[in-house]
Amino acid sequence: MALTEQDIAWLARLSGLQLSADDQQRAQQELTRILGLIQELQAVDTHGIEPMAHPLAAHQDIALRLRDDAAEPPQSVVLRDTCMANAPAAHEGLFLVPTVIE
Amino acid sequence: MTLLSEFPSIPDLNLALREHRVNAVELATDALRAARSHADPHVFLHIDDELTLAQARDADHALAAGTAGPLTGIPIAHKDLFVTRGWRTTASSKMLANYTSPFDATVVDHLRTAGTVSLGKLSCDEFAMGSGNENSAFGPVRNPWDPDRVPGGSSGGSAAAVAARLVMAATGTDTGGSVRQPAALCGVSGIKPTYGTVSRYGIIAYASSLDQAGPLARNACDLVPILDAMSGFDANDSTSLESCDGKPNATGRIQADFSAAQSRFEAAGARPLHGLRIGVPREFFNEGLAACVAEAIESALKVFESLGATRVDISLPRTRLSIPAYYVIAPAEASSNLSRYDGVRYGHRAEHYGDLIDMTSRSRTEGFGDEVRRRILVGTYVLSHGYYDAYYLQAQRVRRMIVDDFQRALTEECDVIMGPVTPDVARRIGDNKQDPIADWLADIYTLGVSLAGLPGMSVPCGFGGSAGRLPIGLQLVGRYFDEGRLLAIADRYQQVTDWHQRIPGLA
Repeated sequence: MALTEQDIAWLARLSGLQLSADDQQRAQQELTRILGLIQELQAVDTHGIEPMAHPLAAHQDIALRLRDDAAEPPQSVVLRDTCMANAPAAHEGLFLVPTVIE
Repeated sequence: MTLLSEFPSIPDLNLALREHRVNAVELATDALRAARSHADPHVFLHIDDELTLAQARDADHALAAGTAGPLTGIPIAHKDLFVTRGWRTTASSKMLANYTSPFDATVVDHLRTAGTVSLGKLSCDEFAMGSGNENSAFGPVRNPWDPDRVPGGSSGGSAAAVAARLVMAATGTDTGGSVRQPAALCGVSGIKPTYGTVSRYGIIAYASSLDQAGPLARNACDLVPILDAMSGFDANDSTSLESCDGKPNATGRIQADFSAAQSRFEAAGARPLHGLRIGVPREFFNEGLAACVAEAIESALKVFESLGATRVDISLPRTRLSIPAYYVIAPAEASSNLSRYDGVRYGHRAEHYGDLIDMTSRSRTEGFGDEVRRRILVGTYVLSHGYYDAYYLQAQRVRRMIVDDFQRALTEECDVIMGPVTPDVARRIGDNKQDPIADWLADIYTLGVSLAGLPGMSVPCGFGGSAGRLPIGLQLVGRYFDEGRLLAIADRYQQVTDWHQRIPGLA
């Protein structure tokens, strides 16, 4: 199955990526090839087989652990400042982004 | 030459430290010098003398006070996928070039508590996506055995640093073979433990149902204390296991299992591995396997037979399908995990942009390299409406079938599986530039073990390639939670072979 230019544009949008015309063309070729590779899966008879999300599910009963729904003690101001220092744009403890609602 | 190359193993170095023949600050100072002056400037991404020396001084205090453990003062380094306080954390990506972590990964914390001295951060493929360490925003790493060739990946910097004797051991992560494959191509030993035994907290996520950390070192014996210190339950990782077949998932488990297996082998006398059934999957010896690799594996199996083990022909019929299954599941999880990089809270932000959507997508496009963008696109496709069932769920069904094949072999037919790690020796840097999918196909022998979450390792077992100077790795795959025994089996092999003692030219 070959992907069209429109398919790639749609995928790029969903992926949050902007592809140049060159990138788009290359992605079209590469992804068509990759789809050919993963297409092999379609030929496998998986009737009655449960999808496996956790690798140890074949060995033991496994469930993801959830933590208690309890508030954690507040973190230090220093930690908060270290985290905020990574923000590309911040003002008084808030992350700055382009205006969303005028 | 580095001071570290004078010590053949971690226990030897530990003894020298305890007997005060050398101290941790001297070791760290020489290792820092060696790391800075190393012929390949891309192995380390960040070195900070003061941070390292502070840890070395702590180690010397512990040694003087008599509170030192088996890893006190041992120089190591971390793959740059582990977040670290103090040292920068980039995942080899432009996206995180200026990122400062507010905390240490659990593994980093554990190894620090065990007394190791970190030399800093090692290069890898960007976000651990790749098998040649060429997908780094900061330059490719070279193979210490031949600077024109790749060290493997994604833990390429880790493997190269251990091979070049810049560190005694290094951390790595393995999602589809990223510890075993570079270990094989650089002639060092590496192990990926059972999924869930080592915490993923603070490891920058690639594909969460596959990601597992593991160490690289010169030999199996050295891997034991490092992996043992790394392992353990962690409430901060929702997939971290509290127990391993009834034993607490805690430091001490792997060391105890290793010692017990070692004693059993010792007691068996001249044929220490008597009774051990080695399953050799016939699908691993197909037309894609280079002759030099096939010969090296064959010789290694003969060594195991001489130690008393028997060889069993087994079949893993869906080996070939592990490639499409992995390259659906891993990109799917990656596209989800990497959606967090939006240029708002941390990471690269484009200089010029319009609205919020434009800012995010411009930042992501600029911040991610080709391979990362490629996998995000594939992952987005297989998760998208109309394809989710056909690709993603189908891949998860095939995953179960692949895992069942391993389970059947390891419970009914054999005690351990052995075979090649890679189809060939290390390729030249730049060779697959025009064909990025070629590297994916070369992951064939490692992907199944990752999909199954089984412990797997690589030990050096010979040399091949044009001048016969490129390392070849033997893969050993154990049952779930079998790390200790697996390491003891590898150790028996290394007691009678010297492949792991060879030192590359670039050391």
